[in-house]
Amino acid sequence: MRYAETGYNLEIDLATGNIERVETDPKLTELYLGGLGTSVKMMWDRVPPETKAFDPENLLIFSSGLLVGTPAFSFNRSVVTTISPQTDLLAYPMMGGFWAAQLKYAGYDKVVFRNKSPKLVYIWIHNDKVEIRDASHLKGKGTVETREIIKKELNKPHAAVAAIGLAGENRVFTASIEQGRSSASRLGGGAVMGDKNIKAIAVLGSKDLFLARGEEFMEHVNKAAEYIKFRNTNPLPGIPTILAGIGSPQEMKHTDEKWHTENFVWGNARTRRRGFWTEEINESWSTTQKSAVKRLISCFNCPQQCGALVSYKDTPRYKMKCFSKLTYSMAAYVDDLDFNFRIARLATEYGVDAFSTPQILAFAVELYEAGILTDKDFEGCPSDKEGRFFWLLDRFVRREGIGDILADGTYWAARKIGKGAEEFDHNTIKKHEQVPVKLGTLDPLYYLMYSTNEKISITQIEGNWPQGAFPTREMREQFVKDWPQLPDERFKQYVLDWEPRGEKSIPYFPTPDMCSEIVDWMEMVHNIDDALGLCAGMGSFCLKPPYHIHNYPLLVSAATGIDMDEEGLKKTVNRSRNLHRAFNVVRGMRRVDEKPPEDHWKRRFPELEEQLMDTYYKYKGWNNDGIPTKERLLELDLGFVAEDLERRGILQDGQD
Amino acid sequence: MAKIKKKVKTIKVDADKCNGCQSCEIICSTFHATPKYSSINPARSRIQVIRDPMRDVWLPVFAGEYVEAECMGRQTFVIDGKEYSECDFCRAACPARDRFTEPDSGLPLRCDMCEENGPGQEPLCVQWCFNEVLKFEEREVEVEEDVRLGDLEIGLKSLLDKHGLQKLVDTMTRITQKS
Repeated sequence: MRYAETGYNLEIDLATGNIERVETDPKLTELYLGGLGTSVKMMWDRVPPETKAFDPENLLIFSSGLLVGTPAFSFNRSVVTTISPQTDLLAYPMMGGFWAAQLKYAGYDKVVFRNKSPKLVYIWIHNDKVEIRDASHLKGKGTVETREIIKKELNKPHAAVAAIGLAGENRVFTASIEQGRSSASRLGGGAVMGDKNIKAIAVLGSKDLFLARGEEFMEHVNKAAEYIKFRNTNPLPGIPTILAGIGSPQEMKHTDEKWHTENFVWGNARTRRRGFWTEEINESWSTTQKSAVKRLISCFNCPQQCGALVSYKDTPRYKMKCFSKLTYSMAAYVDDLDFNFRIARLATEYGVDAFSTPQILAFAVELYEAGILTDKDFEGCPSDKEGRFFWLLDRFVRREGIGDILADGTYWAARKIGKGAEEFDHNTIKKHEQVPVKLGTLDPLYYLMYSTNEKISITQIEGNWPQGAFPTREMREQFVKDWPQLPDERFKQYVLDWEPRGEKSIPYFPTPDMCSEIVDWMEMVHNIDDALGLCAGMGSFCLKPPYHIHNYPLLVSAATGIDMDEEGLKKTVNRSRNLHRAFNVVRGMRRVDEKPPEDHWKRRFPELEEQLMDTYYKYKGWNNDGIPTKERLLELDLGFVAEDLERRGILQDGQD
Repeated sequence: MAKIKKKVKTIKVDADKCNGCQSCEIICSTFHATPKYSSINPARSRIQVIRDPMRDVWLPVFAGEYVEAECMGRQTFVIDGKEYSECDFCRAACPARDRFTEPDSGLPLRCDMCEENGPGQEPLCVQWCFNEVLKFEEREVEVEEDVRLGDLEIGLKSLLDKHGLQKLVDTMTRITQKS
């Protein structure tokens, strides 16, 4: 008997059409939990470093998380793992919605795809019945369109459908996988899905999912539920609206966007527009938003309402959440939210990442204005800002003309275009577009998170730790007073001592040692969320969330029957974290790759930055090149990884 | 039959507030699992959210009486510009559809207002709906006395209706002899 998980994966060979229901080893749950944890292990075991994103041997794994489908609120994430076409490293775009829960009720924890289908297909998973179905009639269709057609032809209105659009079909490196109001977008999961010729995966289940100690589990769930209610009625004082609550940033509900529009940068991650949020803008943008948002909607078993059904003027309906409300307007320098609601609909149907894509289009516009791209590249393109973006997006998802080059993302496009275009690629880390933020003084915490996290995108790496020092002692005291989420009391002192200016301020405070501890804490909670399938908005990505290191182990133990205390859980995710790092190290990632964009901060401190990296690597038990030491690997029962690294000459015996 | 005073419990639904999270389905199915809280399966829930997101339809409906046969109702209603079929609102466990029947046995399900929890307790779905879509109401009315059937009786009655007494008795005999 398996608890919380189903104990079965679906293995689908797309070349032969062979489908198998495979029982998983319960030992793996103890060692890696589930979700990202067990998927990384599978990638390590089965995808060698020579395998490229578009090789048939690349796996595309759709996974639920260990607690998805249980009554605990907000555990609903699907984690997709594959090799990224953009970075050649492990990508793990995630999405909320309903898909993962349905997969569990259908009787599976993961769906593992290998090889490629000879023609476009979609997959239909309905309990024990699993079919590979022809999708030739869906070729070129949008993601929303595809979902509606599939539900109709299956006559299953409640099926959850994850689909790609034109971008995925055309292997655009920023292609997303769209599902409900959610989207697995980062690092090209949609491109791999398209390469494998999978248009969509529909799933519906009606099987039981079991809890080991149900009554006990419900006690912990009810406590978390009380805290959710408390936080929903008590936003944190002295914190910008968008960060004061829980859930993903409530951008469909709140209209006040002063924080994003003035702190994030516009265009190709270029201009910070302080003073943008005037009364006039506030009024116009709020009116537009209110007329567009038809209803606020949730993901599976989550009381928050981070998403929305958008019904805007004559644009066909679609769903939206979070920062995608602003990214296109900001990248195109369009001071009107109307544009964003119109183009986002098209982008959702095409299925593209709403962070990377607008930046890539803005990058093209900059190159054109700088004369690096010419009228020939832009032949037929309208001259107004909005028209230009619509035109570029269309070329981009179809890989037509200049769109074909841009479709590989900023980094690769810049190198292909040459003529100084590389200078305009100024917001990528490890070849991947980052959130558009450019600031003054180096922030040591963000320096480390940007540089070293395996997620490669800063979004949702940070979270539990305040983004900046509080201006007054009183505010600091108030903030630390009620902070049950802390893994250790000493962090309170760090907040109390942290000042906006002077000796105890960034970049020298928190000190490199403190920074290592804080970043390690952020990573730990993110890794737990990604293994358990919790939305980061209710755990690692917000201040004072309902789930934290003191209640995760209680939930895991009661749900699975695997008794795990805080230390045990920390060790488990540390194991996955190190395996994940080793996977990328074997694929060539080194310290030299671990750095934020040059212009991310105006004031840089090269010596301090080196010191930060040295300290953090040491804290993690990695050598000076960011490679886990044999000692650390053995501690985490990863002897097989140490052996592999030694065999490849990456780790040398007797030296770290 | 005699008229008696009786407390009628009901759940009022404000569908405009529903965000489609299905928490009501989850808690219902796990509360009614045997043993309690031992498993989850929204398909067994006695409350179901009828969903058609692109039409802005999220409609929680809780299970009412079991009916033997499909009815003739084919009317459609337009409310706030959205079209609903008569079937959408219907609370019956009906042979014409999967809703409110156990996914494995096909036996009908009926909302019992979580009475097991004792007096004064709201049904679990109401407690778990943070967005106040579901509201519990109790009022005293004069009704004709009837006998309310338990889960097992409802199940047996539906089997009787479907297969006839003789077949049911034969099968029961065969099963008991086997075990």
